[in-house]
Amino acid sequence: MRTRPNYAAGALTALWLLVISVPLSAVVVTAFKPQAGYIEDGPLSLPSALTLDNVVTVLSGDFPRYVANTLLVTLMTVAVVVALAVPVGYAVVRGQTWLTSGVFRLFLLGLAIPSQAVVIPLFLLINRLGLYDSLWAVALPTAAFALPVSVLVLSGAMRDISNELYEAMALDGAGPSRVLMTLVVPLSKSGIATIGVFAALQAWNGFLFPLIFTQSTSSKLVTTGLYDYVAQYGANVPALMAAVMLSAVPILLVYLFARRALVAGLMGVGGK
Amino acid sequence: MVSQLTAPAKSDVTPQQPPRTRRRVAPSVGRPGVVWAVPGLVFFALFAIVPMLGVAYLSLTDWNGLGSPQFIGLDNWRRFADDPQIVQAVVLTLVLLAGNVAVQLPVSVLLGVWAAGHQRNRAVLSAIFFLPLLLSTAATAIMWRQLLDPNFGVPAQLAGVFGGDGNFVGTSRGAMIALVVVTSWQFVPFHSLLFQGAARAIPHTLYQAAMIDGAGRVRSFFSITLPQLKNTLVTSGTLMVVGGLTAFDVVLVLTNGGPGTDTTILPFRMYREAFQTYDYGYGSAIALLLLVVATVVSLLLTRLSGYDKMQSTQEGV
Repeated sequence: MRTRPNYAAGALTALWLLVISVPLSAVVVTAFKPQAGYIEDGPLSLPSALTLDNVVTVLSGDFPRYVANTLLVTLMTVAVVVALAVPVGYAVVRGQTWLTSGVFRLFLLGLAIPSQAVVIPLFLLINRLGLYDSLWAVALPTAAFALPVSVLVLSGAMRDISNELYEAMALDGAGPSRVLMTLVVPLSKSGIATIGVFAALQAWNGFLFPLIFTQSTSSKLVTTGLYDYVAQYGANVPALMAAVMLSAVPILLVYLFARRALVAGLMGVGGK
Repeated sequence: MVSQLTAPAKSDVTPQQPPRTRRRVAPSVGRPGVVWAVPGLVFFALFAIVPMLGVAYLSLTDWNGLGSPQFIGLDNWRRFADDPQIVQAVVLTLVLLAGNVAVQLPVSVLLGVWAAGHQRNRAVLSAIFFLPLLLSTAATAIMWRQLLDPNFGVPAQLAGVFGGDGNFVGTSRGAMIALVVVTSWQFVPFHSLLFQGAARAIPHTLYQAAMIDGAGRVRSFFSITLPQLKNTLVTSGTLMVVGGLTAFDVVLVLTNGGPGTDTTILPFRMYREAFQTYDYGYGSAIALLLLVVATVVSLLLTRLSGYDKMQSTQEGV
């Protein structure tokens, strides 16, 4: 009785499907078009011939290096965020003193600090620390700005652990570090996965920090590398589109092999 | 998440009641002290809070990046008075923010609720709708830049539909619309994912009760789904606001602040002053202005949404 087809929803999703798929397919098709003829035919035309030239152009340049750098920065960021946010979340949830709740408030306030607003002093700091033009120059600030959301998500997950479990461990005489490793970490795995995915995406998407804190090819990331290609390739749009397409391949692989974990991790940012 | 965050946070502040009956374990046994939070706190302070104080100091100086900053008092702030583009930048920042939220919020709610259904076709389409998330903001902006290119992009080919000479991004209104479209295209999938997760958590019994009462689809949506999604609406809205205030990469790639200064929002202007003109003092003053705008907006948001006194939506269910 209630399965009357929802025509309105059908029409809207069909429209959205076009909005999503037309630009994406234009990128993929253009990436395999020969450079000659693109300007006359435009982005939506069907290719008269297919070629791998553009992919080869991109891959024979510095692009693989940018990908490797980005992967490294992503790993560094995730490692720093998880290592720092887990103890903070634990202290905030279980500490229960005015000090730990003050710490929580501070991170709540930190949510409202836009990274752009502090990038000038950060630039100074990075220079003073001797990190300019290194991968850490991008990873450390990115991790710092992922911390507030991570602490919020983690403390939410850790509050779900029942008090009886803590009491049982306390009865056994377990200290905080044993409680953390044997109880809190295993039981907040999904929260930790969420902050991992969140931090990884922040690092992968980051643009302002690598733009300002790095300079040389050897420490360039995919995002800033792509931006350089806009000027470098100029009218060679098919090569540029090939670079855009290739930049999505690493996450596409993650998506194909770990879709469930990725989606669950992202959903976790919104809470339950 | 939000409900769980705020409710117990309040009980944190109230002093611990002494137990009436003797407990076998003292309440402080096995509890972590504040030292556990120190490494994270120091790290966050070093890279976020100290720089915030730094930007306040630098805004009172004249500095071109070489030598040491010269203290000049409020001169940078006085420059705001003679800089009509600053007021424009604040207005543009808020307009872009409003446009982004106005487009993204309804679309992601509808898509998320739709995707929460368990039909097979919805699962397949959702997997496609997820795809923009695989591209970075820079990649998305570059893709759209080529598609909207005035010379060999889509508007040039379909000039009849778009009107004009196909230079869509070259008009001030067109450029703003393009920024909203591109940002929404990239972030709607993420937000609809949040709403999908939240919509699946709504107890089915609520809908059954509504059906017995004779409520239709539209009525159920407004009377059950939306109120139940309240916490996620706030979380998602907050993330949209923060993202909207700080849209920098899209502006740099897509419009470069133009035409003229018609899309020069605050973060972009700050970047220009500091890292292209090397006027770090004035750049810092603009950065501080951005911080003030961000704080005012998030305070308003907290008040309007009742974030500070939020409750679980499932009470009494």
